[in-house]
Amino acid sequence: MDDLTSPGVPAARPRWARGNRFASLVLPRRTGGAGSAAVAWLRCLRRGLAAVAVVLLGLVGAGAAVAGEAQPLAADPELEARVMKLAAELRCLVCQNQTIADSHAGLAIDLRNQVREMLRQGKSDKEVLAYMTARYGDFVLYRPPMKETTVLLWLGPALLFAGGLVVLVVVLRRRARAGDEAFEPDPGVDDDERGPGAAGQPSR
Amino acid sequence: MNQATTPGASPAKPAARSRLWIFLIPLAAFAVLAVFLGRGLSLNPREVPSPLIGKPAPTFTLTRLNDAATSVKSADLQGKVWVLNVWASWCGPCRDEHPLWVEFARRSKVPIVGLNYKDQRANALNWLRQLGDPYAMSLFDGDGKVAIDWGVYGVPETFVIDRQGIVRFKHVGPVTPEVLGGKIEPLLKSLDG
Repeated sequence: MDDLTSPGVPAARPRWARGNRFASLVLPRRTGGAGSAAVAWLRCLRRGLAAVAVVLLGLVGAGAAVAGEAQPLAADPELEARVMKLAAELRCLVCQNQTIADSHAGLAIDLRNQVREMLRQGKSDKEVLAYMTARYGDFVLYRPPMKETTVLLWLGPALLFAGGLVVLVVVLRRRARAGDEAFEPDPGVDDDERGPGAAGQPSR
Repeated sequence: MNQATTPGASPAKPAARSRLWIFLIPLAAFAVLAVFLGRGLSLNPREVPSPLIGKPAPTFTLTRLNDAATSVKSADLQGKVWVLNVWASWCGPCRDEHPLWVEFARRSKVPIVGLNYKDQRANALNWLRQLGDPYAMSLFDGDGKVAIDWGVYGVPETFVIDRQGIVRFKHVGPVTPEVLGGKIEPLLKSLDG
C-alpha cells in the first residue's frame, strides 16, 4: 500500500502493476529514495506486526470455522447419520423431486435442522416422521403409508402383474386345449386373434 | 374362470365376439388411463393439501414485528375468527397480493395477523411503511420455526382460523381476487355470522 506513495522509478514497474495496489504483494520491494535506516526499520517492524496479526487472525478464523461447521459431525456422527437417513425419507416441498437430504433450499435446511433437534431431544424416527406428516401430510413421505387411499398405489403393480398372469394362463390353456384344426384352417385369423405370441410359443 | 370364457361349442360366433373384446379392452384401458392422467395434469402439484384443516391451530409465542420486547401468544387470539397471512419482504408474490390485503383490511373487521417469515425486522417494517399495513398485528418468525409448525412451505400462505381455534382454510401462494372474494370472504362470513 505504501508503495503507491513512496517515490520510486515508476517505469520499473510492469504495466499491469501501475495503479494496482495488490501488485506490492507480489513485486519485489523497491527501496525508497529518502529511505533512511530508521524509516526502513519502522516499515519493517510494521510489516512484521501486520504479518503476525494476519497469522493470528487466520488461526482464530480457522478455529471458528472448525467450531462452527464441522462440529455437528464431529460431536455426534451417529446422530448425523440418523438425521441424513431420515432426511432421505422426506420430500422437500419447495423442490418436490428432491429429498430434504439432497436439497439446498432454505426450507430443506430448516427441516433438516428440525429433524436434528428432535433426534437430539431423544425423539424416535417414527415420532419425527409423525411430526412432519402432521404438518405437511403424507406428501412429505417418499414412501407413503399403506391406507385406504393408497391401497391401489401399493397393490396396483401386483394386481397388474396378477392380471397379466391370469390372461397368460387363460390364453395358454385355451390354446393347449384347442385341437390342431383350430390352428390350421385359417392361420391369418389365428395370428390376429391370439397375438404375436401364438407363432413363437410352440417353438420355445 | 377360463371355463366361463371358453364355451368351445360353436367356434365361429364366440371367435367373433372375443375379437371384439380384444379391441375393446385396450380402448377401455386407454379411456381410463386418459381420464386419470387428464385429471392429474389439471392438478397443481404445488398445492399440497394441508393436514391441518379441521385441526387445532398450532400454538406459538412470538414477538411483535415492531417491538422485539412484547410477545404474543396464540391463546390471545382464541375466541375470534382471524386470518393468518405468512409473508416476507424478500418474497415477490407477497408484493403482488399485498394490495388485496390492504384493501380487504379497509372493508372487513376480521383481523389479519401477519406472520413475517425469515425476514429482517427493518426490511419488513420498511416494506409495510411503503406498501401499507393491513395487519391487525405483525408477528416476527425470524428462524421460521413457527412457520414449520404451521406446515408453511411457500410464502405467501394464508390460513383462516375459527372461534374455536380450528384451522378452516389454507391457501398457498398469492391470493387472487377470486380466492379472496370467492372462498375466503364467504367462509369468514359463515364463521362470523
